[in-house]
Amino acid sequence: MTAVLIAVAALLALAAVFGAVLGFASEKFKVEGDPIVEQIDSLLPQTQCGQCGHPGCRPYAEAIAEGEDHNRCPPGGQDTVVALSELLGREELTLDNEGAEDANVAKVAYIREDECIGCTKCIQACPVDAIVGAAKLMHTVIVDECTGCDLCVEPCPVDCIDMLEVKPTLQTWGWHRPAGIGERPDSRIEVVNL
Amino acid sequence: MSQPQSSKPRKPLSVFARLASGIRRPAKIHDFHGGIHPPEMKHLSNGTPIVPGPLPQQLVLPLNMHIGAPAKPLVAPGDKVLKGQMIAEPIGAVSAAIHAPTSGTVSAIGPRPIQHPSGMDAVCIVIDTDGEDQWVEHQGIADYTDKSPAELVDLIRHAGIAGMGGAGFPTSIKVNLGDHQRVEQLLINAVECEPYITADDRLMRERAEQIVTGIHILQYLLNPRRTLIGIEDNKPEAISAIKRACKGCDIEVRVVPTKYPSGGEKQLIQLLTGKEVASGQLPAQVGVVCQNVGTAYAIKRAVCDGEPLVSRVTTLTGDGVSQPGNYEVLLGTPVRDLLAHGNLAGLDIGRLVMGGPMMGFTLHNPGVPVVKTTNCIIAASPEELPEPPPEQPCIRCGSCAEVCPANLLPQQLYWHAKNDDLEKAQHHNLMDCIECGACAYVCPSHIPLVQYYRYAKGEVRQQAADQVKADKARQRFEARQARIEQEQAEKEARRQARLEANRKKKEAGPAAASTVDVAALKQASLDASKAYKAAVKAAKTAEAEGADNLAELKAEADRLKALADKAKAAVRDAKDGAPVAAAPAEDTVAKLKKQVGDASSAYKAAVKAAKAAEAEGADNVAELKAQADTLKASADALKAELREAKANAPAATAPVAQTDPVAELKKQVGDASSAYKSAVKAAKQAEEEGADNAAELRAEADKLKAAADQLKMELRDAKANAPAAPPPSAPAPTTIEQPDPVAALKKQVGDASMAYKAAVKAAKQADEEGADNATDLHSKAGELKAIADQLKAELRDAKAAAPPTPKAAPAATATTDSPAVPEEQAPQSLAEVDPEQAAKRQKRLKGLKTAYNMAHKQYKEAHAAYERAERNETASADELQAMQVKIDKLKAKADNARDALDALVEEAKADIRAHTGKDLKTLKLEAARAESALADKQQELEQQRSSASEDTLEALSSELQALESETQIARKALKQAVEEQGLAE
Repeated sequence: MTAVLIAVAALLALAAVFGAVLGFASEKFKVEGDPIVEQIDSLLPQTQCGQCGHPGCRPYAEAIAEGEDHNRCPPGGQDTVVALSELLGREELTLDNEGAEDANVAKVAYIREDECIGCTKCIQACPVDAIVGAAKLMHTVIVDECTGCDLCVEPCPVDCIDMLEVKPTLQTWGWHRPAGIGERPDSRIEVVNL
Repeated sequence: MSQPQSSKPRKPLSVFARLASGIRRPAKIHDFHGGIHPPEMKHLSNGTPIVPGPLPQQLVLPLNMHIGAPAKPLVAPGDKVLKGQMIAEPIGAVSAAIHAPTSGTVSAIGPRPIQHPSGMDAVCIVIDTDGEDQWVEHQGIADYTDKSPAELVDLIRHAGIAGMGGAGFPTSIKVNLGDHQRVEQLLINAVECEPYITADDRLMRERAEQIVTGIHILQYLLNPRRTLIGIEDNKPEAISAIKRACKGCDIEVRVVPTKYPSGGEKQLIQLLTGKEVASGQLPAQVGVVCQNVGTAYAIKRAVCDGEPLVSRVTTLTGDGVSQPGNYEVLLGTPVRDLLAHGNLAGLDIGRLVMGGPMMGFTLHNPGVPVVKTTNCIIAASPEELPEPPPEQPCIRCGSCAEVCPANLLPQQLYWHAKNDDLEKAQHHNLMDCIECGACAYVCPSHIPLVQYYRYAKGEVRQQAADQVKADKARQRFEARQARIEQEQAEKEARRQARLEANRKKKEAGPAAASTVDVAALKQASLDASKAYKAAVKAAKTAEAEGADNLAELKAEADRLKALADKAKAAVRDAKDGAPVAAAPAEDTVAKLKKQVGDASSAYKAAVKAAKAAEAEGADNVAELKAQADTLKASADALKAELREAKANAPAATAPVAQTDPVAELKKQVGDASSAYKSAVKAAKQAEEEGADNAAELRAEADKLKAAADQLKMELRDAKANAPAAPPPSAPAPTTIEQPDPVAALKKQVGDASMAYKAAVKAAKQADEEGADNATDLHSKAGELKAIADQLKAELRDAKAAAPPTPKAAPAATATTDSPAVPEEQAPQSLAEVDPEQAAKRQKRLKGLKTAYNMAHKQYKEAHAAYERAERNETASADELQAMQVKIDKLKAKADNARDALDALVEEAKADIRAHTGKDLKTLKLEAARAESALADKQQELEQQRSSASEDTLEALSSELQALESETQIARKALKQAVEEQGLAE
């Protein structure tokens, strides 16, 4: 009987000690906020385009953290979906980009400045403040800051905003991927021992 | 660390060597991992001396022949330039100048194909040569040690010197290390390990002295502890030439075994010093600076001869040219001209390569110019550099790993690069790959491994750039959000402050005004009640139209009403101040007052009860009986009062007080008649002028309203005073005076209702004629009707207020007459209400309401979906159209439901009117009136509590009770009427 009592007492003591340690740890190492949201947000392309149905990338990151599908980011493409699947340990979904087949082509907004009437509507629509201008004065896009989100196109009353494809420059150009097995790699120089 | 390592064994060695044989043994040469031995093919071009290149018609000088920022042009098209004249200056730290390679005219500055594997164009300065090759004035520095290193660095920068080995890194950066950085070894790279290329070989053979001078300048700039020249052992002539030139100076010539890629910077460092440059490090971080022999030569030319970099030695080789060899080519010479100069053999050129076969790239356009980094042009026949065989699957032989000079795992990198698994590729140090091509050379499956790595590297860089951009976008987005939030918060704060200020003003306003003057109070009261009426009207209209914000409007009306009541109470308080104070003086008068009050309130309650009964129908017999009892009690009270009044007939104080109400009543009559006149006038005008006089009508109506309000105010005052004043005085004057206002009121009511009818008629006429202001007229008519109703209500009140005095005399008749009133009205209400029908309607109303709500909701949703689709352009035109059709359908449905609902509501209202003999508005008005009277009485009681005698208080509280019951009845009647018709919502 005493053995049982001692065992119970010992277990209770252990439980109390561990409970105290855990309680202390949970207070001491408390994580403010939801770090998963930060991680998801860092994987999103930050175009702030709203194509996912949320007003910006961070709100979508929060929604994903709460269980929304993680395949609604056309600018991020399938790569982002895969990265998110890995991060979240969820099933790999196919990208949900209805009608936006050219989503992977980087674009920037371009204002045809002769036609701009200076209504500032695009400035208000731009989620990243990439358009400069003032009322009744011509506006222009800061190309380096433009995320190509498309949100300025619709508010323009005179339709003077085009989405132009970003052409590769010498700085951004990269070798294309070889065609693969069975194909002749075109740019390879074959040095043979004659 | 390796410095002592390499010097320590050397010392005893050299001592031993001197002792043993008297000759200097070569220092230890280290080795690096891997490497290959491709066919050298150097014999093609190393047999002939360097000859000058062609002087082409046109030179094309890309603005970025070097790594770093493109130079900024200093000339414009049309400018004459001389050989050696700077035509573009360096911009930023990492940049190099460009000089005109010969004299001529700048013909264009624009995009031309340049030396890039992408085949893209870039901005170039195009010079049309004049064939004179006239030098700009230039002067070398006789003794470079006179100049400070900084001056020399600047000179090198402005001489446009960039690494001539192939990378093209601006030399001025490499030779301008900070004071803190001690250079242990200066390595001169003369290895030239790639097949075919012999430019450095020939340069060393022919211009060794100048190269050594260049090296001395480098030594002066960098002050290294040791200077080593690394040369492959397949160039014996070059070795001996350099050795000859170096005799007597502190430059060590190190011969390295032939192995590709010994000429790689890191590989050479390892070969000569045994040091390894860690991943991501620069050679300078291990105390080594590496320069190409060609660069050393260019430095000598720039410093000692004052000649900037305008030409270079380029190997022209391959089966395709009949005179392969080395040419001192002007920068900017198109490859086409060089090939022509080298006598293109007329063979079918299988491949035109710029650079060596291992690390160079295929040129698709022979118009590409020779630039500072172009050490070799290979025009190869298809046999020489054949088309690569198809890629085969990797057999995991591991040969690539054996030959990798960077100690990587090419096979793993291949898999990861192929699968776009960039993270893993980076984990395997993808970025340390020097793209030497050794792995691809040995691959039995002919896998273009280097291409895979180049592709993966590009992707990694792109991702990094994207990440930077994304971070910037996130920052900007968050900053914007914060800014918007702050703006909104500020706006809200301003709004709150404004509200607060308004509230304070409002609170302070009435308090101050009540002490100031009654007139202002009156005005305020008028305004308030006007506002209240307008609100009620708006609510009514809203109700009729089935608007959504009915509840809001009603709440608004209630609020206004409370304000109006408050204002009224304030006015009355101000006015009644004197009489109220005087009242408690006389005990008997107070008693009388109490009784009269009792009686009158009881009577009023009875009347109201009758009205309620009318509204409620047959069920409330018990209530009616109770009413009758109350009435009887009031009759008794009247009797008692009469008795007492008779007993205390000559009450002293009354007459003084009485003159006031009489005058006021007279005034009322005047006012009422003027109101009447204006009402009639307005009606007549409306009738006569029909369509055009909307504004006038409105003004008229306003006037009328003001008059009516005034009248109401006066009347209320009269009401307040009349019951108090007349009883103690002689009955005769009151009986004469009292009926007067009532009669006048009756007349007014008649006139007003006539005016209303006339207005309605006018409106109808306008309607028929399709006049524009029909709606205006209608609203006018509505206003007139409201006035008429009000007057009617006032008349009723006046009647209710008046009777106690006239009926006080014929006490007997009062007892019999009074109960008759409700009994007369009761049967009417009994006959008219059909509860079953009402319930049915209620049910239908509810159903319709739900239907409407559903339809409206669906419509809203569909509309939102449509807009979304339109915005996102996700739907096709057809789909959009289909959506539009759907929306229209839903809207029609919602409209239908609403129309039906409206119709039903109207019907219900009409029913109420028919059943109760008055419309909802009147009921509501009555309820409101009763409530305000109650509130007034309560206030009075509160005020009297401290000053008045017990009897007065008692009288007041009993009055209050009566009023309370009255209010309750009125409320109940209203509620019942509303509920009965299902109009509660």
